[in-house]
Amino acid sequence: MAARVFTVTSGKGGVGKTTLSANLGVALAMNGRRVVVIDADVGLRNLDMMLGLENRIVYDLVDVIEGRCRLRQALVHDKRLPELFLLPAAQTRDKSAVSPDDMVRICDQLKEQHDFILIDSPAGIEQGFRYAVAPADEVLIVTNPEVSAVRDADRVVGLLEAEEKGPARLIVNRVRPDMVRRGEMLDISDVIELLAIDLVGVVPEEPDILVSANQGRPVAFSRDGSLASRAFHNIARRLQGEDVPFMPLREQGVLGRIFSFVRSGGD
Amino acid sequence: MRILERLKKGRKPSGRVAKERLRLVLAHDRAHISPGLLDTLKDEIISVISRHIDIDASSVQVTISQSARESRLVADIPLSPGRKRRGG
Repeated sequence: MAARVFTVTSGKGGVGKTTLSANLGVALAMNGRRVVVIDADVGLRNLDMMLGLENRIVYDLVDVIEGRCRLRQALVHDKRLPELFLLPAAQTRDKSAVSPDDMVRICDQLKEQHDFILIDSPAGIEQGFRYAVAPADEVLIVTNPEVSAVRDADRVVGLLEAEEKGPARLIVNRVRPDMVRRGEMLDISDVIELLAIDLVGVVPEEPDILVSANQGRPVAFSRDGSLASRAFHNIARRLQGEDVPFMPLREQGVLGRIFSFVRSGGD
Repeated sequence: MRILERLKKGRKPSGRVAKERLRLVLAHDRAHISPGLLDTLKDEIISVISRHIDIDASSVQVTISQSARESRLVADIPLSPGRKRRGG
């Protein structure tokens, strides 16, 4: 089966594209899917650090494009997961080193040997975004429940519509259920209503995410470790075509836990 | 506590404010129509229509409405009560 190509993009920077790409890659590979994650942020590479693979890089995306190595030589194998590979970005070059055609050609070559190709797009809507979405079968738009991230996501939805890049699907990241409950954060339903695209995932903000980035070990490695990890695994399953219900993101303080313990009759 | 404070001050929850602001700004972004251009359109619509019929110019509203991702320009133009045909 030829791989499906997903591009993770957002418009705004810092909303969690790279964290999402790393965790989806891990979750899909844990389900036995053969996955390549491509860091398309040439000049500002970070996916290698998120995955803890920064010391294993020999060649990169631009080396492949400019013929200094074969594609297979540039793929970094994640020893923790036999099915997961990283194609790192070049760190000392800029986005002009890559064209949309280059990305299409590389993905075409990878499709035969893999099930999923995840492209971690750079922020912005310029050249880097253009070449990152060029090979996409489907685009995943990451946003935060926050005015500037939603506005930028809407701009990206518009650009993708203009290019007839199929319907994009939405991931709302960094949700803080406590703030939503107090009415001090946009609700998921508000974001969906505003952007008018389908939702594929909701990920709560959790300290574990930063800890895992510090360690180079995405939270998805422990499948039931946290709500965020479960959220990433749910998204992965939806990308595999499963119909997975959205889980409630109730923030449980001590009182909340006691209440739900009492309500559930203590089991 | 925060909810009580809000009730006292009559403050709208900021999540709602965010949604309302976004609704407007996305409508303008998508249609490539700035608030300034909308004002100009409104003034010109009033002047064109006033040439033919009496309207209540102060209550005219020109807005961009959204349904899913489709935008439309909506002009709400109240006619003056007991108006007569102009120009005759």
